[in-house]
Amino acid sequence: MYQLLKQIAKTGIVTEPAPLPDAALRALEQRLGQLILKHFGRALAIRHVDAGSCNGCELEIHAMNSPYYNLEGLGIKFVASPRHADMLLVTGPVSRNMETALRRTWEATPDPKLVVAIGDCGCTGGIFGESYASCGRVSNVIPVDVAVPGCPPTPAAILQGILTAVTPGRR
Amino acid sequence: MSKAFKELGLDAAPLAGAMPAFCASVPAAELRGLCEQARARKARLVALWGSDETDRRAGYALHLALGFPSGLLWASVPLSREDPHYPGIADIYPSANRMQRATADLLGILPSADADRRKWLRHGAWPEGAFPLRKSVESAARFAQGPDNYPFVPVRGEGVHEIPVGPVHAGTIEPGHFRFSIVGEKILRLEERLGYKHKGIEKRFEQMTLEQGAKLAGRVSGDSTVAYAWAYAMAVEGATGTEPPPRALALRGILLELERIANHLGDLGYLGNDVALSFGFFQFWRLKEDLLRIQAQLFGHRYLMDAIVPGGVSKDLTGTAGESLAAHLARIEGEVATLKSIYDEHAGTQDRFIMTGQVTPELAERMGLTGLAARASGIARDLRVDYPIPPYEQLDPRTASHVRGDVAARVSVRFDEVFESIRLVRALVQQLPPGAIRAPVAAAGAGARGLGWVEGWRGEVLIALETAAANRIHRAHPHDPSWQNWPLLEHAVHGNIVPDFPLINKSFNLSYSGTDL
Repeated sequence: MYQLLKQIAKTGIVTEPAPLPDAALRALEQRLGQLILKHFGRALAIRHVDAGSCNGCELEIHAMNSPYYNLEGLGIKFVASPRHADMLLVTGPVSRNMETALRRTWEATPDPKLVVAIGDCGCTGGIFGESYASCGRVSNVIPVDVAVPGCPPTPAAILQGILTAVTPGRR
Repeated sequence: MSKAFKELGLDAAPLAGAMPAFCASVPAAELRGLCEQARARKARLVALWGSDETDRRAGYALHLALGFPSGLLWASVPLSREDPHYPGIADIYPSANRMQRATADLLGILPSADADRRKWLRHGAWPEGAFPLRKSVESAARFAQGPDNYPFVPVRGEGVHEIPVGPVHAGTIEPGHFRFSIVGEKILRLEERLGYKHKGIEKRFEQMTLEQGAKLAGRVSGDSTVAYAWAYAMAVEGATGTEPPPRALALRGILLELERIANHLGDLGYLGNDVALSFGFFQFWRLKEDLLRIQAQLFGHRYLMDAIVPGGVSKDLTGTAGESLAAHLARIEGEVATLKSIYDEHAGTQDRFIMTGQVTPELAERMGLTGLAARASGIARDLRVDYPIPPYEQLDPRTASHVRGDVAARVSVRFDEVFESIRLVRALVQQLPPGAIRAPVAAAGAGARGLGWVEGWRGEVLIALETAAANRIHRAHPHDPSWQNWPLLEHAVHGNIVPDFPLINKSFNLSYSGTDL
């Protein structure tokens, strides 16, 4: 136990300042009112859905949970069910085998809700494109508020996308 | 070396490329005999896939990659256009089961009637009787979404009930379905249903040139991008007779070991997290983040995507970059040693790790477990050690191994491999040969074959490649070691309690994308 406490003390706090929102990432106009955003901005519950990615974007979502980003300190929490979520964070081109599951997850998320598409595949279909097995971009299946490009986007870029979605403003 | 194959009655021709490999054609009637003899000689099934040869005035073909001590045998079984059947081999090599079913779904190449003929990759995205990987199916083809209706195996008995989990999981994990049959908290049976991420990667390869394929290969399974990119480059270089420069090979070794270190750090963190030691998660993910940032700085990408290209590598280590990498790894090494002693001495953690999710060496051998998980179950196999090609031949890499086959053993192998990979990177940085980092890729005619076979962090990654005219791809099959290991997860959870499933699953950390394709 002594060694564990010593390691914690030695490490200190490594958290870095959060990025600022960037309206250029918006795919849709902000639909939510000031009052809702004020609440979302303080306590945002996110459900991640991998709709067919290569798993690269998941690596960066995991990395965003590292102490460098202190998500919970920003009021952001990943939750286990879409029924508890305010926002869906969706990665991948949507495989046709995940199309129904993604739609159902979206329907299970209570209104008002936000969708952030992550990565080049989520934004455009990426290298996998559209095919017999792939629906391509996330917005081909559910409405997307903010799209974050990158292969994969860095944790800071993903966080910026999330913060953009809960900020008032136009594109 | 091909003497061993002569004893099997095979006329095997050496295949050009970095790894020792041979090609042979085997009539369907002799397939089972070959597999029985191969199994008796301790050869393992590395991969099984199919191809459509109808545009070459032939029928279809079934392909097997068998790992012999002397090298890899690529056995091709020609099948007729009208009746592409072959005798199934899943009773000889159990890991063939799902690969046979995937091949049937994509190409309509079927194992004999007594084999398991349930669908695997096909859910509702294309109907029964349609085979999207056939050449006659245009890349623009779309099918109407239909019902799935997958026949799960029901378990009956007093007090038995089912817990269906997924495809959308509770954590940040890839999608898949797990059907638990349980009594109380105890798992009686787990049945996996995968294929949710199938996005047509193999069809996509066939629309690409050899050069374009490299980027796609690096996105078959994002956490193994280096292993796949190297395997793909090796396959292209074999098929085209291209010789990558020595400096490029040393840099590839550095990249592959960095990928291993980064993934192991992440897994060690999550394994702490899954036993409620969140301290472990934050410490290891801090170290992983540090490493990712150094990688971005030195190689231009946090996960080293697209750093390996056919012919060599796209990024060099110049100036003092190598030294700063070595110094950084020395710091990580010290911290990991501290964290290892904390994990080792933490009673609660060890209580959850030890004897949880066990795969005995006997079961591992029988079912064909591979890679990191196999090394934790007494099978000390590692391509870097068994076929030491450059840059590994001079480094004398050591195989990490353990015999207990439980979560603790898979943790132990990860710790050992982190330390060994740090040693390898340091040695490679010190002896980095001078010269070019990329050779021009020669042009290939149609019908040239190449194999890439690389020990990724999870296990052996294979790319089997055949060229078409004008430097295009006739067929590229990427194989992930998760094909072999997923079925063992079903065994590893027997008798364990449901709350230990996430821990056991994480201790394997298998790829969904790499097998769903």
